[in-house]
Amino acid sequence: MPAIEILGLEKTYSVGFWRKRRKRALYPLQLTVEDGEVFGFLGPNGAGKTTTLKLLMGLVFPTSGTARILGQEWTDPAVKAQIGFLPEQPYFYDYLTAHELLNYYGQLSGVPARQRSKRVEEVLHQVGLHDVKGLQLRKFSKGMLQRVGIAQAILHDPQVVFLDEPMSGLDPMGRREVRDLMEQLKHEGKTVFFSTHILSDAETLCDRVAIIHKGELRGVGVVEDLTSTVQGKVEVIWQGTEIPASVRALGADCHISGGDRVRAIVAENQQDAMIDALRREHQRLISITPVRTSLEAYFVEKLRHAESTAASTV
Amino acid sequence: MTNFGVKTLPMKSRISHIASNTFREAVRDRVLYNLIAFALLLSGAAILVGQISIEIEKLVVINLGLTAVSLFGVVIAIFIGIGLVSKEIEKRTLYTVLSRPVRRWEFIIGKFSGLAGTLVVNTFFMAIGVFLALLYVSHKFVKADSLIFVALYFIILEFLIICALALLFSSFSSPLLSAVFTFSLFVVGNFAQDLRNFAAMEHGITRWLATGAAYLVPNFSAFNVITSIAHEQPVAGQLIVTNTFYALFYALMALSGAVLIFEHRDLK
Ligand SMILES: Nc1ncnc2c1ncn2[C@@H]1O[C@H](COP(=O)(O)OP(=O)(O)O)[C@@H](O)[C@H]1O
Ligand SMILES: [Mg+2]
Repeated sequence: MPAIEILGLEKTYSVGFWRKRRKRALYPLQLTVEDGEVFGFLGPNGAGKTTTLKLLMGLVFPTSGTARILGQEWTDPAVKAQIGFLPEQPYFYDYLTAHELLNYYGQLSGVPARQRSKRVEEVLHQVGLHDVKGLQLRKFSKGMLQRVGIAQAILHDPQVVFLDEPMSGLDPMGRREVRDLMEQLKHEGKTVFFSTHILSDAETLCDRVAIIHKGELRGVGVVEDLTSTVQGKVEVIWQGTEIPASVRALGADCHISGGDRVRAIVAENQQDAMIDALRREHQRLISITPVRTSLEAYFVEKLRHAESTAASTV
Repeated sequence: MTNFGVKTLPMKSRISHIASNTFREAVRDRVLYNLIAFALLLSGAAILVGQISIEIEKLVVINLGLTAVSLFGVVIAIFIGIGLVSKEIEKRTLYTVLSRPVRRWEFIIGKFSGLAGTLVVNTFFMAIGVFLALLYVSHKFVKADSLIFVALYFIILEFLIICALALLFSSFSSPLLSAVFTFSLFVVGNFAQDLRNFAAMEHGITRWLATGAAYLVPNFSAFNVITSIAHEQPVAGQLIVTNTFYALFYALMALSGAVLIFEHRDLK
């Protein structure tokens, strides 16, 4: 059973004073996240990531479409006891202390009274806020609020966790901790669905990613697959100070680096010819590696493609 | 399914958790500290009028005291009520509440109960102030003084209506507009009887419109028994019954409106 099934969710906002103007934030979205996956929802600012999460949380209502979470209708309160949500730039009742807030949320989520206070202490430790648990939230910095946000999202030990830009507002140390936490959740068999516009966050963490731009899904897949399909090129490095003509003839993009090394990029199908040429020239081969573009390059490529198709249809 | 068997709570306990958090917010907002100011004010006034003749001063203390209880409460009800929903939408504190197993109507009812509870506690302490002032000027209580409880009960009924109205406006408009709407209805409501009388004298379409308006606004004139109580005139049992039903019905209608609007509203 998939953890999350988004079945054509679509959102058009009415804007302006008379609510007459229409703003399409999300085109019908079809997406399935498997149980136990860490799923990255990527897109630049304004892509529709937050809108998607708000639809899933029942905070805004879809223009059309539905979703299922853990196999049940997504609006079912029983489902909501099994999910955790970290909003973008979260804000909480600032007259409460971190401890009080988590205790209150534990009550609302139905964490039994007996386990509640122990569990609250536990998550406070986990997000590194135990020392300030008695401080009112109005005195918290943005990074600390982000940690409170993470704490309340995992407090009731949910099966599926939705995180909207979980790394934002955190210092490098904090980002690292969030990454570790997500790995731990995965290890516990939880499903994690998180949005980000920072691709390197997704690259190391995700089983799969989806890319969304201007409210439309542009691609879904395993990170390695997405990035390796882009170019199909290999990088060949050998020892030497010159570029033999026979190698150059293969159309390789060569340059000399580090004094005695030559680095060349060739198409994958030229790889064998390249090696033969080097052998004939008695060059000492150091390495051959497939060129994997970063997710970033893939992303830019996808978006550029989207822009140009959009432009050509105008 | 989970480590510690999270269960969806019965809705009653979710509502009471939301209500007590609302109460906690009011307390921490230092709203209830108005009480101290109120008590001081009242004692000051009591000592002042203590200089005037004994009969008049009792009348003044009851009149002044109960009017103040009512006005203070109305101000607090409006002041807190208008922000109950809109502030939570504005600050986005609702996101992490409504993504839990909390239905939107439960949230509204919880907020209403919390505010109503705050006002009852508030009224309780202010009432103590009134009785102390009374004791100061007349040195003893007489049987007629128990009528004050009826006036206080009506004041609380009035608060219920105002809380519900503030919540209704708060569910679709800004705090400022909600305050204006609620306060206007409070003022107009105090002249509801005059409005009804006026409507009865009109003809044709004006009559229909005026009658509609007169019966739509909350009829607060029926709840104001302060003057007659100060003159030790008894209150008809009939009025207590009708006022109770009227207030509950009116608050229920306003709350239903708030729920209907809020249930379909996109959060910012
Ligand atoms: N309440 C709203 N009213 C009107 N437009 C909105 C609203 N919320 C978001 N949008 C628009 O929808 C688009 C997607 O926004 P959002 O989902 O917040 O993107 P992301 O989270 O990917 O940055 C944006 O163009 C944004 O301006
Ligand atoms: Mg966003």
